This record gives sequence, C-alpha cells and structure tokens, in this order.
Amino acid sequence: MTEVVDLVVIGGGIHGCSAALHAAMRGLSVIVIEKDSVARHASGVNAGGVRRLGRHFAEIPISQRSMELWNDIEALVDDDCGFTRAPVINVAENEAEFETVENRAAKVRALGYEHEVILDQTQLREYLPAVSHHCVGGIATIDEGFALPYQTTFAFQRKARSLGVKFREGQAAARVWRQGPDWKVECLDGEIFTGRFLLNCAGAWADNVASQLGEPVPVEAVAPMMIVTNPMPRFCDVVVGATARPLSLKQMRNGTVVIGGGRLGRAEPSTNASEMLFEQLRLTAETAISMFPIMASATIIRTWSGIEGMMSDGIPVIGRSSTQENAFHAFGFSTHGFQMGPGVGAIMAELIATGATDVPIEPFSITRFSGSHARKNDAQNGSALEMD
Amino acid sequence: MTHYDVAVVGAGPAGMSAAIESARWGFSTVLFDEQAAPGGQIYRAVEHASPQMLGVLGDDYASGKSLVAEFRDSGAVYLPGATVWNIGSELQINFSRLGTSSEVSAGSLIVASGAVERPTPMPGWTLPGVVTAGACQILLKAHGLIDDNVIFIGSGPLLWLISSQMIVAGRKPTAIVETVPLARYGVALRKLSLDLTAIKYLRKGAAMMWAAKRAGVPIYRDAREIAIEGTGRAEAVSFHANGQYHRLEASLFALHQGVVPNQQITRLLQCEHEWNQHQRCFVPVLDSYGEESVSNVFVVGDGAGIGGAKVAALQGRRAAKRIAQRAGEEVGTELADLQTRLSREMTIRPFLETLYAPSAAVVAPADTTTVCRCEEMTAGQIRQAVDIGVPGPNQVKSLLRSGMGPCQGRMCGLAVAEIIAQRQGGSPCGADYYRIRPPLKPLPLSELASFNGASTDSSQVQGAPSHD
Repeated sequence: MTEVVDLVVIGGGIHGCSAALHAAMRGLSVIVIEKDSVARHASGVNAGGVRRLGRHFAEIPISQRSMELWNDIEALVDDDCGFTRAPVINVAENEAEFETVENRAAKVRALGYEHEVILDQTQLREYLPAVSHHCVGGIATIDEGFALPYQTTFAFQRKARSLGVKFREGQAAARVWRQGPDWKVECLDGEIFTGRFLLNCAGAWADNVASQLGEPVPVEAVAPMMIVTNPMPRFCDVVVGATARPLSLKQMRNGTVVIGGGRLGRAEPSTNASEMLFEQLRLTAETAISMFPIMASATIIRTWSGIEGMMSDGIPVIGRSSTQENAFHAFGFSTHGFQMGPGVGAIMAELIATGATDVPIEPFSITRFSGSHARKNDAQNGSALEMD
Repeated sequence: MTHYDVAVVGAGPAGMSAAIESARWGFSTVLFDEQAAPGGQIYRAVEHASPQMLGVLGDDYASGKSLVAEFRDSGAVYLPGATVWNIGSELQINFSRLGTSSEVSAGSLIVASGAVERPTPMPGWTLPGVVTAGACQILLKAHGLIDDNVIFIGSGPLLWLISSQMIVAGRKPTAIVETVPLARYGVALRKLSLDLTAIKYLRKGAAMMWAAKRAGVPIYRDAREIAIEGTGRAEAVSFHANGQYHRLEASLFALHQGVVPNQQITRLLQCEHEWNQHQRCFVPVLDSYGEESVSNVFVVGDGAGIGGAKVAALQGRRAAKRIAQRAGEEVGTELADLQTRLSREMTIRPFLETLYAPSAAVVAPADTTTVCRCEEMTAGQIRQAVDIGVPGPNQVKSLLRSGMGPCQGRMCGLAVAEIIAQRQGGSPCGADYYRIRPPLKPLPLSELASFNGASTDSSQVQGAPSHD
C-alpha cells in the first residue's frame, strides 16, 4: 500500500527544507522530493546575504518575520549557519544617488518601518573606512549580516530529517495530479508519492509544476555570477551594495572577498549547467575596484554561478494555488530569496496546517500572472533588483 | 576576435606533436603554454641543456630536443608564458599573458595539459621541507641543482628515474623509502606481457634500480606507517620496514605516489569522466581518437590517462590527423599506423599500474592528517561531514571549503573523492567530483576589470604589451 503523507514538497532548496521543517514542527508528516541534491542550485550557491535593506515594499513584512528567526537561528536548526552579524549598506556614489536613497528611506518610514537609515558621508566612512572618496553616503540596515548558504540549507534539511521528514534526493518530479482527496507526484524513475497537501518549491523549475496545476507562470532561469578573491587584509565589516550599479561585496571571516551583484551568466536549466560570461563579470570587477581601491590588489581565486528562478516582476510567488485545492507555491525568489527562507517556510507551514496566515502575502499571489491580473512591477514598490 | 582552426593547450610532447601535425595539414594553429620554453615537464629546458646536463638526464630526455626544434619550425603560433584561465562552451579561450588577458576562439581544442602528481596526504606532508619528486626534477632540469640531502618517499617510476639522474650528477639521494608492498611484485608480474616494447621499459627500470643499489643508496622496501617529523620544518622521516622502526634525517623530503591526469580543463568544459580503478584516478571518456563527449575537444597525453611521453606524442599526432580527416583531408593509413604504435607502447601499463598503485595509507589517510592544504581540512573532518549526511565532494566543498582555495582542488580533489567514497562504502566510480570553475589559475581582479574579451585584436595575442 502506498504511504500517504500530509505534505509532499517538490524542491529541496532553502524554502522547501524550511517549509518541511516547520510543517514537521507542527506535527505534519512530510516528504521532500529533490531532483538533484539539497541546496544544489540557488540555495547553495548564492552569496549568503541576510538582508532586509532595499526590499520590495511587499516583501518587508516577510523579511521582518524571517529576520526574527535568523536572530535565533541556532535555536531553530541546531547550527549557527555561519551567520555573521554585519550592517548592510547600499552606497550612494553621487548626489543623485543620495537623493534616491533618501526618498527610499522616507517611503519605508512612511510604511511604519524604522530599520532603514540614511548615512551621510562621515557616517559612511565610519562604517567603511576603505570606501572610495567619491562616495557621498548611503542607506543602511544595521542589525543584519550574512550566512553560509549551503551550511544553512543543509542545517534545515538535517533538522527536518531529525523530526521525521523524508528526503528523496536525485528524484525528479515529472507528473502531478489529484486523485480523490490526495495529491500524486510521479517521479522520472516511476516512483509515486502521495500526500494530502502539495507544495511547489521548485525554484527555476517551478513552472513544470504550476503548468500542471493549470496556472503556468513565467519563471526565467538565470545565473547570477559571483567572484571570490584571495584573503585580503581586513578592510570591510559591512555587507556592501551599490545604489545604481549591480554590486554586492562582503569580506568573509577568513579574509576572502565575495563579490556579486546580479550580473548574469548563461543558465542551462535542462542540464543544470551555468556558464560564466567574463565580458559581463568584467564590469563587476571594475565596480568593486572603483568603490574599494584596495581591491585593485586582489586576486580572483574562483568564480561561480548557479541557477535561480526569476519572475518577470522580480518578486516571488507565495501562497495558494489559484486553481487547485490543497496545493501551494513558494518559488521564483528572483535572486534574493535566501534571507526569506526561514520565514517563508514558517508562513507556508502555518498556511497549510491552519488554512491561514497573518502575514500579508496577497501581493505574491500566482493570480497576478493570469490574464487580466497580469501587471508589471512598478518603481513605487521599491527595488526588487537587489540580490543576496 | 582572432580565430584559429586548432588551439592546443600545453607544450609537452603531446601538445607539441599535436601542433606540428595540425600545422602540417595547413590548419591555423595556436599553442598556449604556461612555461617560458617548450618541452612541458618531461622535456623542460631541453632546448638549451648543456651536453653535461643531457648526460645526467639521459637519452629519453635528450630526444625531446629534436621534437622541440620541429615544433619551433612548425608554423604554429606559439604563446609561451600564457595561462589559459577559462574556456567557454563555444571554445572561446581566455588567457593571461604579460599581465593582460585576451580571448581567441578555436574550431577544435586539443587539451594537452598533462598530469599532476597524486596528492599524498600523510602525517607531516604540509611541513616546509617536504616537496614532491616532480618538484625535484623541475629543479634539476631548470637549474641543474638539487639539495644533496634528499630522501625520496613513495612509489612510481619517477622515484627511480630522478634518483638515477642525481647519482649521475654526483649528488646521490640520502635514501629511497619505497611503499610498494612486497606481495605486489608477484601480482604485477602476472599482468606483464613480454613484447619488445615492454622489455625495453623493464630494462630501463631495472637499470635505474640497479644504479641506486650500486651507488650505495640505502633502499627501504615495503615501508609503512610513514610520518614526516619536525617542528616548524621537516627534520626526519619515520617508518617501519623489514620488521624494524627507522628514523632518517635529511633536509629535503620528496614524496611521490605516481601521476594522475590533470582534469581541470576537461572538468571545466563539463566533459564526461570515469573512474579508472587501475590508474586509481578519474580519466576523461574519449573515443578511439581521443575526442571528448564534448565535440571538437580532444585530450592527448597524460591528461587522457597516464601513458608517458611516447604515447603522448603519438596521441597528439592522432588528434590532429583526426581533425584533418574530418576536414576532408586524405590521411591514408596514417591514423591506423598510429593506433598500432600506440597499442604497442601501452603493453607495459597494466604491469606498471599494478606495481605502482598508490599506497593504502595515502588513499585512506588518518583522521588527523590534513587533506586540503589550502583550507586546512583533515580527513577526519571530511569523514564527519559524510557521517552527518553530506552526499558528495561538491557538498563537502560547500560545507568545509575543501577545494575552494587557490589550488582549486588540484591538490586534494582525488584524495577527497576517495575518502568520501570509502566512508560511504563504495568506490569513487559513481562519485561526483568537484565542479571546476574558472579561472583555472588565480587571476588579478584588476586584470579582469580591464579584460577586453572578444574585441581582443591579434596584436595583443602576439604578445605585444598593451599596457599604459
């Protein structure tokens, strides 16, 4: 007889693992199906930013909820996840950019949030003595930081496993359908899993599932590129972003500097491959050096990229299926989902187990991509172009 | 962007032969090599070697001189001092030369980047004063000098070769500590097929061993429980052999457990690889002409599986002839002739691979032994990661950072793969290997920032410094 579990999760990234963990904590039986291995893609290869700064306005409540979990992450998953406290600052390189961040801060305050603050040039230099002299200020969130993505996602998996969650890695979900009250998921190898609830956390591959539920969505597979350098003398205790140019830069505990920011390589989701495009990455190197002159003496040890799911409006799909009962989505985090992982997992588990959540997730409904609901992201909603 | 019909990486016997043959068929050909002069590791500095040095290094080494000359005259564009740091899926080759990075494209790629010495994790191997036997040979060939107080430790033909060369040079090694178990000889002899080529190799090997014995070099066989000792610097090696404990002091300790294919380029290109249990390493999956699963990519020489210099040269020729044949050239029986000569040269391999399989201690180091030198990870830490459910080398890399340092796993990759597989109760056959990411060698950030990519013109390729 086929075992029927409460919840089948498709996708073993941080969102799938976190949702599985939180569902198990609520007493649900869970199976996670992962086509490769846990954290193989976006969740294992992102730059690890644990950042509320610069979020799309709709994401702020989720990001806040997630931050509460990050603040005590070891209590949740029995692992410190390499979480290092550091301020996050987006640097303004000229007066026009400074005006942009001031406007942003005013809007965030108007929404009732106090976590984003403006830094003038003096304050900026206090936090970032090595920043180039042309930089005039910035916008910051002080109480956040960065973590180690693979270690974090693996910790969620291990904790979930310890609570009875089963993981089937190397099994790709091929076909999904309803049979009576249950969900059936057939894998490429023919094995079928049965659950009362279905959760689609398949990232860049999530449309395979959504389409079968009758609600296709535009998920583009993208491959943000990252650089890591040799260990440098300590010059930066801040997670740094830019205002107008794509950049994220942080110095790790061992002195190496991780530089990203969203310039894209070539993604091949059908083969899991991604390829670096150095003519693009060249610009990232240039930006890093112009913002931190000390980086002119750095040496690249490695570059990497991984496949992430990008929505056309730059924010994820979170919530119920619009077509099917007992089916849910959490995918398309558009290169900035890592920080939200703990919180989104908790929200999805709450939604599945109790039928409701207090967190406002309407803006993330999958219906926004269906017919007349389709709309474009607009600048009023804040920036969704940042990445982890 | 400059385009070449054929691009070759590496100027050892395989790469030079491939470039010579490619140019002979009229293909525009470029050869990239990190060294300042052609020859690779085996014929390093052979061009200007003194008669005395040629005498020390022997006839096989001296034979490289004519190959280098032929390569110099071949008409292939030769770019010494060029570090290839990335190869794109369309065979765009990014390389650094004279402090500037450029790009060329190629119709076919011939990878001739040779072998690397097998990682030899053992107690004390990270101490200053410990080197590899290969490093000693580089010193000998490039500078004609070597510490006269060196102990060779491990197994493989190279140990005996360099010892005999040092003896001729009048600087005999302090000792040879060989790890080949005595029982191995019987097993290996059963793998021996005695044809003329094999007998030639055997004679050479026996002569090298006899030279060491005749010169009075202390030779310890079947050494076990080897540890390099010292505080801050290697001072002595301790081991058990002939039922006794030994401790020998020296100033330099040279380790060797054979050589394995350098996989960095073929892994970067996501070519298929398989575990070769005889050679105890991963080898690229190739067709009978040396072509990869990725079309128009050929692997020749030791990078295709260890075969030595003669095999390498033949494989280089074969790849270029195959490209010519594919381009519609009439190659006649040339390809078939090469295949016959290649199989003849390979008959000694099963014997050598069996006899000189890496020592058990090196493929299964103790928990406290450092395996990843860049990030200082021990075998025990890797085993612990497996015990908590980490599935393979890439996840070990993500979790522990092993393989993330400047060497990009060249020094630890095989050892890590073996340790994980053993802990999981299997062999590395089914196991993954580190995904290799560019740059293949460290690249200054500022050099990438000023990288011109596809707009590179040929004047830069020719090496004209374009710096301001």
